[in-house]
Amino acid sequence: MNIGVVTFPGSNCDADARHASAITGNTVHSLWHKDASLPTGLDVIILPGGFSYGDYLRTGAIARFSPIMNEVVRFANAGGLVFGICNGFQILCEAGLLPGALIRNRNLSFVCKDVFLRVENTDSPFTNVCTAGQVLRVPVAHGEGRYTASDEVIKGLEDAGQVLYRYVTPEGQQTDDANPNGSLNNIAGVTNTARNVMGLMPHPERACEALLGSVDGLTVFHSLARHCNAPVA
Amino acid sequence: MKTYTASITVTLRRAILDVQGKAVENALHSLHMPGFADVRIGKHIELSIQAVDADSASSAVREACDKLLTNPVMEDYHFTLQEIAPVEAA
Repeated sequence: MNIGVVTFPGSNCDADARHASAITGNTVHSLWHKDASLPTGLDVIILPGGFSYGDYLRTGAIARFSPIMNEVVRFANAGGLVFGICNGFQILCEAGLLPGALIRNRNLSFVCKDVFLRVENTDSPFTNVCTAGQVLRVPVAHGEGRYTASDEVIKGLEDAGQVLYRYVTPEGQQTDDANPNGSLNNIAGVTNTARNVMGLMPHPERACEALLGSVDGLTVFHSLARHCNAPVA
Repeated sequence: MKTYTASITVTLRRAILDVQGKAVENALHSLHMPGFADVRIGKHIELSIQAVDADSASSAVREACDKLLTNPVMEDYHFTLQEIAPVEAA
């Protein structure tokens, strides 16, 4: 696959995203926030984690007006695969590509640790190699990851199977203790109605090598490859 | 053209638990100030704007709030406008 990784001022997981994309057999394209066009032939765009524009005003609020975001929105609306990780998720919500918003963690603390995610729907380009209910171990690192939306929006997401990942115990139980930030319904990752855009607060790109403690993040890259009929390294 | 200043207050929507406000409320109580409740913490934004009249200044500020300054999914806002008197030529 051809994967583009956007760097905004303040992105700090862009190198990790490029590395994880490369070791899974993809051609990586570095994209810059001021770019006014995309390379041809991109299969996936990743908006990486970090603190774009210093999180000024709100997380993602200024990044969403970067020149490249016009292209990302156009790419997504044409069916292109877009994956926002952590700050990338926040940017996608601000840009209106995903519903809801991410606000200050329930306990007001920055949370940085491994969490367990249950795959809620395997019928998506991001989860198709997983088994339903599979539990993944992936790190989180965020201060504003509490997913919120109106009751109607949450119900719509749940009914349509747009919640792709939930925070759970290592045994796969959805409990309040397993929720690191107070997200509604323990939501960790959602997709849009067309299922070509996903936002995820945890960092699968940091869980792609055994040396780092988990390879469960590979499932996202392998799913994208399967969806695109692309080879996997 | 006239110049106006806008004072904009942004708060989390009522339906959203304001954890920061809750923490400050608990701190007030632990400082033996028990009478306080419903602490809400928001942002205060000030800006000046040139417009032909107060109505067009208001609609410009509203557009700025809706597009950039606030996120309607999680925040509410209100603002006041004040016209700045032009400086008299000496």
